[in-house]
Formats: sequence, structure tokens, C-alpha cells
Amino acid sequence: MASAMVNITASVLDWVSLAFDAPTKAVVFGVPIDGHLVVEVLLVVVILFQLTRKSYKPPKKPLTEKEIDELCDEWVPEPLTPQITEDMTDDAPILESAAGPHAIVNGKEVLNFASANYLGLIGNEKITDSCVGALEKYGVGSCGPRGFYGTIDVHLDCEQKIAKFLGTPDSILYSYGISTIFSVIPAFCKKGDIIVADEGVHWAVQNGLYLSRSTVAYFKHNDMKSLENKLEEVTRRSKHPEKIRRYIVVESIYQNSGQIAPLDEILRLKEKYRFRIILDESHSFGVLGNSGRGLAEQCGVPIEKIDIITAGMGNALATDGGFCTGSVRVVDHQRLSSAGYVFSASLPPYLASAAIAAVDHLEENPSILANLRANIATLFNELSDVPGLVVASHLLSPIVFLKLKKSTGSDKADMHLLESIAKRVLEEDSVLIVTTKRSSLDKCPLPIGLRLFVSASHSESDLLKAATSLKRVAALVLS
Amino acid sequence: MVRLPYLTALTTLLSYGILFVFGQLRDLFRKLLDSSKSNNLQGYAPICLGLEDFYTRRLYLRIQDCFGRPISSAPDAWFDVVERYSNDNNKTLQRTEKTSKCLNLGSYNYLGFAAADEYCTPRVIETLKEYSVSTCSVRVDGGTTKLHNELEELVARFVGKPAAILFGMGYVTNSAIIPALVSKGSLIISDSLNHNSIVNGARGSGATVRVFQHNSPSHLEDLLREQIAHGQPRTHRPWKKIVVIIEGIYSMEGELCNLPEIIAVCKKYKVYTYLDEAHSIGAVGKTGKGVCELLGVDPTDVDIMMGTFTKSFGSCGGYIAASKEIIQHLKRTCPAHLYATSMSPPAVQQVISALQVILGEDGTNRGAKKLAQIRENSNFFRSELQKMGFEVLGDNDSPVMPIMLYNPAKIPAFSRECLNQNVAVVTVAFPATPLLLARARICISAAHTREDLIKGLEVISKVGDLVGIKYFPVEPLKPQKVRELKKLE
Repeated sequence: MASAMVNITASVLDWVSLAFDAPTKAVVFGVPIDGHLVVEVLLVVVILFQLTRKSYKPPKKPLTEKEIDELCDEWVPEPLTPQITEDMTDDAPILESAAGPHAIVNGKEVLNFASANYLGLIGNEKITDSCVGALEKYGVGSCGPRGFYGTIDVHLDCEQKIAKFLGTPDSILYSYGISTIFSVIPAFCKKGDIIVADEGVHWAVQNGLYLSRSTVAYFKHNDMKSLENKLEEVTRRSKHPEKIRRYIVVESIYQNSGQIAPLDEILRLKEKYRFRIILDESHSFGVLGNSGRGLAEQCGVPIEKIDIITAGMGNALATDGGFCTGSVRVVDHQRLSSAGYVFSASLPPYLASAAIAAVDHLEENPSILANLRANIATLFNELSDVPGLVVASHLLSPIVFLKLKKSTGSDKADMHLLESIAKRVLEEDSVLIVTTKRSSLDKCPLPIGLRLFVSASHSESDLLKAATSLKRVAALVLS
Repeated sequence: MVRLPYLTALTTLLSYGILFVFGQLRDLFRKLLDSSKSNNLQGYAPICLGLEDFYTRRLYLRIQDCFGRPISSAPDAWFDVVERYSNDNNKTLQRTEKTSKCLNLGSYNYLGFAAADEYCTPRVIETLKEYSVSTCSVRVDGGTTKLHNELEELVARFVGKPAAILFGMGYVTNSAIIPALVSKGSLIISDSLNHNSIVNGARGSGATVRVFQHNSPSHLEDLLREQIAHGQPRTHRPWKKIVVIIEGIYSMEGELCNLPEIIAVCKKYKVYTYLDEAHSIGAVGKTGKGVCELLGVDPTDVDIMMGTFTKSFGSCGGYIAASKEIIQHLKRTCPAHLYATSMSPPAVQQVISALQVILGEDGTNRGAKKLAQIRENSNFFRSELQKMGFEVLGDNDSPVMPIMLYNPAKIPAFSRECLNQNVAVVTVAFPATPLLLARARICISAAHTREDLIKGLEVISKVGDLVGIKYFPVEPLKPQKVRELKKLE
């Protein structure tokens, strides 16, 4: 068998070599036709034949109308909202008077620590008078966006006043507190820009960062070492640092934790790595600094070094709306490219005149800042020994933030404990304090806790009462 | 529908081309002049690179005085416009103390609540003294007052839904609600001409967004069939939920949406509907209840109805009206409810009083009179403008009427000439409208009397002749034809 195979193979090989080495039998057009030429021509013909064959693709069958109808009938959408369970009822306290330090909630008088009324301007006579004048002259709403006859002279006066108070060239007014920051960030940061932000910023800042579509890197809450590392990392990674805009986004007083950002450190880093700063001063405007001019005055930093400052006026100034200030270029740019300014109706004129009156009052009576600082210090001291809770905020912050010493491990259980403390404090001692609420859309990783907003118009007995009540209830609930 | 004559399109394109070329030349000279001066940015990238603000610098700044005109009185039917002057060729504008009284055809004051009102203002001032300017607190903490709850119930009753929730600003209502309802894995289908707040809300939610042709139920149906059949992109999993977002009156077109057909399509394919009634609530419909009443659609067929208080109620803020479960869910998750300062109490009182006037609960029939007045005014004004030969967009009964201008030079000409004759109009150009379709937008109010409207018509007609925007003149019967007709008799 093997020898037969060998014989056949040998004869085939002989035949092939004969064909290849056959002497030239013909000469066509001056080209001698050797045997191997025939084989090569045959090979080329076979290749060409295969190339001209259509390749096999599985046939494309678009869905027929009947199939689409069936799919549409089968499809079952989710309900628009998830089922509401028993514990998800809305039980916000209902105010029946102005939100001053003593307010009437659900029919009885309580000590109000839930309003960010830092300078005690709620119920101020001069502000109310100026509002009444504005209401009688301008009505309530402004009936139009700023570009289409919604600019009223009080808006322009208010912008000038705030700019003069802070010492910047110009400022721009927004019609709502949280829409300020989430319109400013997308106006300056576009796709491809780099932003380094604190991980504890509140939802409006997170939304602004998301809408801007820039590359965002978060650093550990209020940790300057982490900030420096992050800045180093992003600077190393980017290829053309001069062409990309780079920003650091921080808040002066974080509303999720009560910490204060160390501005001088941040400025040093900003100048080293050539970043611009966007600072949200919602809770520090009118609070920090000798005359209430904010974090820059507190840290002794000239205001020109901060590129963009935004603030909501719903806190110390006791009105509504927000503003943004900076250099002339910064403010002018927003007048056409900031979505919350261009596409929205302007601030109601009486709120703008309230803001002007509030800033006037602050300039004339800088002693209320001293009252506020004394109150914060008193409360801070009193609350330093509450059983089971620890004060997590900075000692200058008007938001006094208490978190659990030992967390139970689950956010829901923590929330339950804190809410029961707040409820008992309200029902038994008539003191209104609040827990941090987190929306499901909020990505902040900081722990939740209890918050007390201190006002300059709280008296010392108010503060002592709140502290004793909290100590008593915390001891009962957390033991 | 816009009927753009060919010659106009050509001249408009040519005008923009010339402006663009001039702008580029000026940029070139600026670059040459600046390269000799030192650059003081020192390693920071400029705030605007390259052509990002070309439109602002070279086209918008030339006609800057037509926009952002300050006023020094309430935005009523007649108001005081502050005069401004410029020393540096319109780059910056300075205010003066002089004002001129002009007819207001630009503010959103549909029912005339903009100025001090005899029923509303005393109540607002009382609320101001009782509750003070602001609560300085978010709704869930200590910012809910009796008034907020009262207004929520009143709005729900007015619109015809079980429950409602309030927000302090209309823009934030859309941007913060849409992410709370839909998220990744869902589909949002929105009309191509939807407002910027809806676009921002849709983008912020993380869901896939598709756009259907403006006001076209057939295209919506085709798009829905295709999307449901194919599912999510790339994975082809079925969509979690689909929401269609439409507006009641489109503010740049003045058109009403095709609500009955669109709702029918949505019900057939089991998708949710979201109706934004910013311009139509209080302004259309026999009793002011918006497009649902006007077009005969049951409010229960629309899943979520949104509206604002800025336009017809003379206040500020927005609301969402839907079923009790949806409102409960929003109260737990919506960021604007949990993090934003609650609506100012005097503004809440203004809306409550305005709603009471409209519903007739204040004991007079001023509300019904206002509603009849605005309908009559709108229809009169629109028909007169059309008779004069202007190209006016929008449907009957809609108080918003855009007059087409097209050419970029006609925008400042129309605006400035009208202001000289004491009529204040709003002109809109790119980027709020497509590049070729610049227009002047008139907003009629119930506070306008017949004499005001006639004066406005006279001025617009005169200026229209000067500027040349009567694109479709209605030919009057020639005297020869009249004689022929008489002979036949």
C-alpha cells in the first residue's frame, strides 16, 4: 500500500517537473511559453473568477409592518413613578407666620433653626417698606426675559450695588438661587475643558458640571493634598494646556457639611497650575469677613484673584434670586450665553429692591455680623458635648452640622434615627431643626446629619434652649 | 407655515454673507493689532476661543440697542422705556435719566396682571407684611407656608388634575423635573421647536433624546413605531418608558400644538405625555384653562401638565400638575423641591388672587371680561395685520403673533423706527430662531384697549412700508375693474 502511494506520488512529481521543465514549445509575441507559465495563468484565472463571485451576506430582512405592530402591542412600559410605600409621606412643617427666629409652625410657636436667615433680615421694617414701594410701582412679576423689556431699572441698580459692595467691576442677576450656578458653569465650560471639583458640592453644582459635558475630576472633600494631587494628575495628562480652559469649582461654605474652603491654599495651587476658580458663596456672602464681603475678605485675599463668584441671595440677604460677579469679560459673556439668564423671565422687581435694601442695611450696621459670630460660637460650644452626635462643621460656619458619632451602617437607618430626633425635638420642646435631605439624583458621598441655621437675631436663651433640648432627646434616642 | 419668497431668501443670505466677511476682516485687523501688544493671559486659555463668540462680537453688538431695553415702570399696556446712548459704536450702552412712554407690545402680560391690580395688590402687600419677603428655607425644611399648600390645591383644581407642586422659577421646573421622571434607559421624544429649559432637562436626565418634526403627529407615529420595535440603541433591550414632550403654544411661532391627534397617537402606543403650557395657561380657552379646554382634550389624558405663572398671572414661578402618586414621588426626589429656596410668599399670594379673579371667585366678572378681551384683541390684531399684507404666523386665538422680517438689516430698522414712534416691539433673530427667519414678535394683552391696538397698527403699518416687509400685499380692487363690475350690473 505504502509503496503504491510512493509510486503514485513519484510519478505525479515527475509529470509536474516535466511540465515545468519542458523545453519551450512555442514563442508567442516574443514571450517563450514555458510550462510553468500555463500553471500561473490558470491560477490567475481562478483568482479572478472567485473575485467576481458575490460574497455571501445573510439577507437583510427589515421588520414588516405586522411585526412592528406586534412588538408595539407586546411592549409594556414601566410606571412613570415607583410605588409609594407607607413611609414615604410628605410631612413638611407648615409655617403660619414669617420665618423669623420665633415662628408659628403647625399652630404653635417654635424656635426656628431651619431658615438660613443669617442676618435676621426677615421682618426688617426698611426692607418691607422698600418692597411695598416696589410692588405698588412695578407690580409683582417682570413679565419678560432680560432681553425683551424685562430689564427694570431696579435690576440694574441692584447689579451696580452688589458690584460696588464687593469691589468688582460688574455683576449679573439671576432669577433663582440654584439656577445661578447651574447656568454659570455650562456658560464657561464646554466639552473638552477640564474641571476639578470638590466631591461634596451640592446638587446644583453637580448638575451644572454634568450639563457642561467637560471632563470632571473630584477631589476629597476639603482636602488640599488631594486637590494638589488631582491638579498634578490632570495637568500631566492634558496635551495642550494653553488651549484648554481649566477650572476649580469649590463652595465657600459647603451646605452638605458646614466646612469652609481654605481659600489662600486654593489660590496658591491655582496660580501654580494655571487654573481658574469658580467659587459659590451662597452661604458666606453677608456672613464671613469683617464687613460681610465673603470668603475673600475673611482670608485677606484681593477679590480680583477669584475669577468667578456666584451666590444665591436666599440666605443672608433674605430675598430670592442669585448673582454672579467677576471681571467685565466674565459678566458680559454671560449676558448672551448663560441659559438661565437668557431664556428665563427676570427677577421680580420687588425682590431686587429687597436685595438693595438688605445690602444697604448690612453696610450701615456691621455690628449684626458680630452678633452672628457670637451666636455661632455659643451654639458651637454648647453642642460640643451632645451624646451620640459630633459637630462636623467649621467653627465659623453659620450652618452647624451634627453627624452621628457611630453610624448604624445603613443610610436609611441613620436617616430614621436623625428624623426621629428632629421630630421629638419639635414636638416636645418646640424647636425646629432639620435633617439633611438627599434627592435620589444627588451623587454627594458625604454623610447626612442634623443642621441648625444660626441667625443674628437668635437670643442667647434661644440657643441654650435648643442645645439643652437636643442633648436631652439625643440621649434618649441614641442610647 | 412660513412662505419664504425666493428673492428674500437670496438677499438675506447675501446680507449675512457680507456681514460675515466684514466680521472676519475686522477680526483679522484686531489680531494684527493685538499681536504687537503683549498678551496678559500668561498661560491661561482665553474664555472664548476662536469663532465661539464671533456672532456676539461682530453681528449682535451692532444691533445691541434693540435688545435688553430697560424700563422704569410696570410692564403694563403703556410703559416708560429708558433711553440709552453709546459713545463707542454700540459696544457699551449708558443709561440716561430720560424715559419715553411707549405702547408695550412685547411683554408677556396676557391677562393684564402685570401692574398693580385693584384686587391682587392689597392682598399681596398684606401677605408681605405677614410672611415677609422670603422664607430663606427650602420647601421640605421650613419653607412651606399655608399659602403654598393653598396655591397647590387651587392650581390642581384650576387645571383639572388631582394634585400639583410648585417651584419658584419656570426654567428650573423643567430642568429639575425631567431628570426626576426619566433616567438612563428611557426615551424622550420632544418637538423640534421646544424651549431651551426642556432641552436642558432632557440632556440632564441621561435618557436618550429623539426629536420629531414640529407639530406632526404622523412623523411622531413613525418615530414611535421605529423606536419601540428597535429598543435601546446597541443593546436592543426594550425601553423602560417613553415620554413625549410638547408645548401648548410655541412662543416663537404663535402656533397651537396639534394636541388631540398627538394624544391619540400617544395613547395608542402607551407612551407618557408631558405638556408645557407656559404661554397658554390662563391665556386661551373659554375660562382660561389652556389648550386642553380650547382643543377639547380631557386633562386626564395628559399625564403631566406643566405651566408657569410669569405670563398670564403676573408673578413668577412654575407648577406641575399630575396624579397624586406622581406628585408624591416628585416631592421626595425632585432636587428643585429639596434644595431650592421656596417661592416668595407675596408672589404666591399674587397667583392665588389672580386665579381667584379668573375663576370669578372674587365676586366680580373681571376674569371673564379679561379672557374675552384678550381673545377679541388677538383676533382683531391678527386679521388687521394680515389685511395690511404682513406675513403673520400663528393660529387664531393665540395671543402671540410673529411678523416675519427675514433680512438682518430690517431687524434694527424695524425696532428703532417703531421706538421712535413710541411703540415698543420685540425683534428676535438667530440663535433663538433659524438664521434666515428673523421676526418681530407681538404679544397682545387684555390690558390693551381698542384705541391702543389701532395706534399700534398704524405705526406698524407705516414702519412696515418704510422697511419693506409687506411681503404678501392684498391687492385692492383697481378702479377700472370696479367700473367694469358696475357696467355688468
